[in-house]
Amino acid sequence: MVRPEDHKHVGREDIRKGYEIEPGEFVVIEEQEAKKLQPKESREVRFTRFVPPLAVGNEWYERSYYVGPDGDESKYFALAEAVRNKNVRGVARWTMRGKSYAGALLAYDDYLVLIKLRYAEEVLSARELPAPGRPLDAKELRMAEELISALEGQFAPEQFRDEYRDRLMKFVEAKARGKRPRLPTLKARATGASVEDQLAKSLKALKRGKERKVA
Amino acid sequence: MERKGKLRKSVRDQDQEQEQESSVRPFWSGTLTFGLVSIPVNLYPANRESRVSLRMLGPGGQPLSREYYAPETGEDLESMETIRGYEVRKGKYVTITDEELERLAPEKSRDIDLRVFVKRDEIPPLYFKRAYFLTPADKSAKAYRLLAETMDRTKRAGIATFVMRGKEYLVAIFADGGILRANTLRFSDEIRTPQAVGLPKKKEEQPKGLVRQFESAIARLTRKTLDPKEMRDEYSSALLKLAEKKHAHHKDVVETPATRRPEKVVDLMEVLKRSLGQNGKKTKRAA
Repeated sequence: MVRPEDHKHVGREDIRKGYEIEPGEFVVIEEQEAKKLQPKESREVRFTRFVPPLAVGNEWYERSYYVGPDGDESKYFALAEAVRNKNVRGVARWTMRGKSYAGALLAYDDYLVLIKLRYAEEVLSARELPAPGRPLDAKELRMAEELISALEGQFAPEQFRDEYRDRLMKFVEAKARGKRPRLPTLKARATGASVEDQLAKSLKALKRGKERKVA
Repeated sequence: MERKGKLRKSVRDQDQEQEQESSVRPFWSGTLTFGLVSIPVNLYPANRESRVSLRMLGPGGQPLSREYYAPETGEDLESMETIRGYEVRKGKYVTITDEELERLAPEKSRDIDLRVFVKRDEIPPLYFKRAYFLTPADKSAKAYRLLAETMDRTKRAGIATFVMRGKEYLVAIFADGGILRANTLRFSDEIRTPQAVGLPKKKEEQPKGLVRQFESAIARLTRKTLDPKEMRDEYSSALLKLAEKKHAHHKDVVETPATRRPEKVVDLMEVLKRSLGQNGKKTKRAA
């Protein structure tokens, strides 16, 4: 860190921390003061409640961790089994390195996974937002439903690969060899057709695709 | 998976990205498609920072700043042009322009093309990364509403990959009361298996009594909903309270001429409401 006016380096031992309460106005918070506010260290994960899976919306998810047994394996697998049988998520709080976290425990195969959740202050809820658009007519809804069910499948993440990364690597390697690979030019998108037309065309195209597969 | 080399981004780029995240502009604008139906959308982050961030100060209380410089010459980066470089071998860089990065993405990959719809609770939580809101970028918002309502009814989530700012993302799109949300997902090679983490294999039978004990303990603690009070960031609010108390008592307050422009406080919720705006209000009244 440097002093902006003369670019002079300031050593770590001389750095203090402050909260900018008004522009240009700082309240200095000493390390000791900050430490006092931190939660007490503990190795305990405390469950405050269990809730149905959908009660924890995925907008809360931050990162997942496997939880492993520490000694008593049969207790661990029994808990995992109980959580699975009950089909619940355990809401947990724990402290790690001076910070307290909220999480959700779930059964994943035979194991327990703890999802670190975002704090309530960090999550914006869709429910507070107004739904855009006007009411739709039944025909369009039926067509859209037909289209979505035609595109129905299973979540198969291994089918999706980071293809862009491969392209980038090839391009970089070609450039490193002194070549100038040709790249496509960017085109503007053409729009126009009404939603109903787009739906009808999609369904037609899908049907054609299926017939071809059958043949 | 170990990746060869690293894309080095210029300092200026990173700053721009951070700025973008907190500004009122959408994080990304593009097209969401399903079948041949295309929906112009804006992408906004659905998470905001809760942590009270403290600034580094010098011994006398003056705010400090970080400075980037070229290690060989000591020259300050602010005065130089910075570009992206890709390290192909140690010490050998290939430069890449932003335009090249963009043109490398095939046209189709710049759209969020929902190729498959899955049951919305079928995606394991291990895959989730960050949450975003999608808002319609066209006036009528008809196709947007159509997709949101149909996904709500059928309880499906759409899966797609797309390229945004030189990176490919796997995303799941959800509908939530007429609003479309996006969640970036990890690619499958980024997910570790229990075996890879070193977890033991389950022995055949668990004592039935033990399982039942846990089940009844769970049943006693089971409620219908989350309590947002239990999810609060207590440390940050305690820190904020302390700062306000000290400020009120004029204790440890340092005043400096505001060197940088004060950070604009953006209410993301307001931005979203405005962005969903014109159409949204009408529907609410109609309902």
